[in-house]
Amino acid sequence: MPLLAVTVLGADRPGIVAEVTGHLSRLGGNLEDSTMTLLRGHFAMLLVVATDRPIGEVEQALAPVAADGTLDVAVRPVPESTATGAPGAPHLLSVHGGDRPGIVSSMLGVVARVGGNVTDLTTRLSGDLYVVVAEVDLPAGTDTDALASALRAAADELDVDVSLRAVDADLL
Amino acid sequence: MGSLLPELPPGNVLPVVRAPAHVLSGAGADVDPLDPAVVQLAADLLATQRVSPGCVGLAAPQVGVGWRLFSLDVTGHPKARTVHGAVVLANAEVVEASRWEKGREGCMSVPDLTGDVRRAGRVLVAGVVPGTGERLEVRTDAFEARAYQHEIDHCAGLLFLDRVAGAHAIHQRKTYL
Repeated sequence: MPLLAVTVLGADRPGIVAEVTGHLSRLGGNLEDSTMTLLRGHFAMLLVVATDRPIGEVEQALAPVAADGTLDVAVRPVPESTATGAPGAPHLLSVHGGDRPGIVSSMLGVVARVGGNVTDLTTRLSGDLYVVVAEVDLPAGTDTDALASALRAAADELDVDVSLRAVDADLL
Repeated sequence: MGSLLPELPPGNVLPVVRAPAHVLSGAGADVDPLDPAVVQLAADLLATQRVSPGCVGLAAPQVGVGWRLFSLDVTGHPKARTVHGAVVLANAEVVEASRWEKGREGCMSVPDLTGDVRRAGRVLVAGVVPGTGERLEVRTDAFEARAYQHEIDHCAGLLFLDRVAGAHAIHQRKTYL
């Protein structure tokens, strides 16, 4: 069945998730993957829905969600295969230090240069403390020692601390 | 320390059940450790675990049987500290648990997902040994402690999915053995 990506962004209030998923359920859509979070009170949700209904019909069904102007809703097709090649080795990159512009772009630029792919990212600003936690897939054969050194060099320039560790899951 | 494993008949390799099979979600029944069917299933669990790459433990519900019985062997695992070798245990429970820490787990019955789960890094586990009926207490730590908790959970109808640390603590499994 075709997949649609539904994004909902805007001011938070109780009931958004129930309302959006209710409209999709009444269309016979099946939620596959979804994620939602709040960033400084800003609501952000991305749903992947399997449905045979055309995009226009889904947009129309979701129109009431955006009716009061506080939320933006977008519906887009998801290509059949979005596989990004062979799975890499998952690693957790943790960065923290004094807030300043460019921490995320500098540190994840180092990861990008070895072909690492960010699969999850959270940043938090708490007072002057800036925290970045990113899950990155590193391609097979990545020299993780060299990458860790490059990350430390970048972190020294920014005056932040960095750690990189494998997060291999254990099969039980 | 000698082997904790009783004498067992030759084991058969059984198919492993995957979620959402209901047998994985129901609490297992207490078993009679001297029942020949229980002893045979203990051998089968161990045999199935041993042919499954990377598998360090297998509980009866994972082969479709709602019993409180599992096999476990973390020998050679890089994250293991204390290692008791191969063990089969019935009606087991965690008696003491401390030093909680988060780790990422996968499960043969949930092959495409992993989850971040808090488990005790030190446990005292007690159960009965199939075939002899003797009470066995195992005090262990680190990875072996995690494995015992995972298998005892299976016997209670719990998957790691029931214990994940948060809404963003479930992950697509990225590496396959």
